[in-house]
Amino acid sequence: MTPLRTYRELEGDDRSGLASQVAAQRARVAQRLAPVRHVVAVMSGKGGVGKSYLTAGLAVGVQESGGGPVGVLDADLHGPTAAALLHAVGPVRIADGAAHPVMTAPGVKVVSMEQFLDPDSPLRWREPETEGFVWRGALEAGVLREFLADIEWGSLELLLIDLPPGTATLGDLVELVPRLTGVVPVTIPSVESQRSVTRAMELARERGVRLLGVVENMSEYSCATCGSRPLFAGNAGALLAERFGVPLLGRVPFRAEVSDPGAPSRAPEGLPHEVITRFREVLDQ
Amino acid sequence: MKFLCVECDTQMQFDERHVPGDGTFAAAFACPTCGRRIAMLANPMETQLVDALGVKIGGRTLDAEPLELMRSKVLGREDAFVEDSEVAAKPGSGGRPAWTADAEERLGRVPRFVRGMVKKIYMEYATEHGIDEITPAVMDRARTELGLEGM
Repeated sequence: MTPLRTYRELEGDDRSGLASQVAAQRARVAQRLAPVRHVVAVMSGKGGVGKSYLTAGLAVGVQESGGGPVGVLDADLHGPTAAALLHAVGPVRIADGAAHPVMTAPGVKVVSMEQFLDPDSPLRWREPETEGFVWRGALEAGVLREFLADIEWGSLELLLIDLPPGTATLGDLVELVPRLTGVVPVTIPSVESQRSVTRAMELARERGVRLLGVVENMSEYSCATCGSRPLFAGNAGALLAERFGVPLLGRVPFRAEVSDPGAPSRAPEGLPHEVITRFREVLDQ
Repeated sequence: MKFLCVECDTQMQFDERHVPGDGTFAAAFACPTCGRRIAMLANPMETQLVDALGVKIGGRTLDAEPLELMRSKVLGREDAFVEDSEVAAKPGSGGRPAWTADAEERLGRVPRFVRGMVKKIYMEYATEHGIDEITPAVMDRARTELGLEGM
């Protein structure tokens, strides 16, 4: 009996060309992002540290300080907030073989799953949930890929990607965007946050992603009437910066009166100016 | 994935696919030497996994639409998109394929979140095949040939 020939021994194409279809998907991402100078992910190993707020504040701050044009891609598919934070309203236009991001008042282009879901509706798939673990991760990575490849971002100085809590999406992003400029890890001062963000920063380093600098959010409570006081015990921002040998881009106080980073008149006040300045400096290094 | 006709030691060729709409997938392959045909039958889990990658078994015949995977898989809001093609694709206008009433009615049952994309795919399919009028039968054929599960 003739031994069975193997896949590689058959010279013909497999017609489906699944590998080339995947390669074409990747090429489409690279092509779409070619006019984008810097692609930066904002990440944290921990939820609730204010990544989305920081992302929105950085976007508006860079845009309004003349470092734009800036785009924001909200990669948090299950807890999207970028559209609301940046006041991105209205439908996404499909034209000329691409989806066109909504332009916000500060001039930042935004795409977020929030724009595609009914208010208060969780992300639900048109798939039977049985054995969902088999396909859910692939679908989520696929949607992220489409946000990168099918959105007409145009010529941008900076595309900020707001990652969900945890570290899984960073891996997907690195696969999709090998030329990622770097990541900005966000922490709060606490030891617990420091531990989580350490893991995320370790992963970034292992994947060869540049750590641009740490931002410590909610470093203190700042009140125009009663002054400032600490919110959390700890000094995570400085300790993480020291451990990884990266700059501390800044410490951002929690200010009750600033809750709207997307409002153009208030946005630069949402983040301290020095954070924006240092961030722009590290981008140019 | 490749299929080998063991008798002839020849690679079998993709012949046709069938998407029955129950989450499964079938594709037929034929041996160019002896004509033997076999069917690959994928269960829902296998079908979903391949689908989730945004690739098409048997290859792509039409380019991917913008946000195709997201629009076909997410239960999204009705007013999420405006499609320029909606304006351009008026039935029967500008040499484009016309839609019969029952085909329009069937298209109307597709959620608006994905309807514009689905309509464009059917229009492109019809144009590519020289079809002047889109009927439910044309839609069925396009669904099968293009692997448009659930559309």
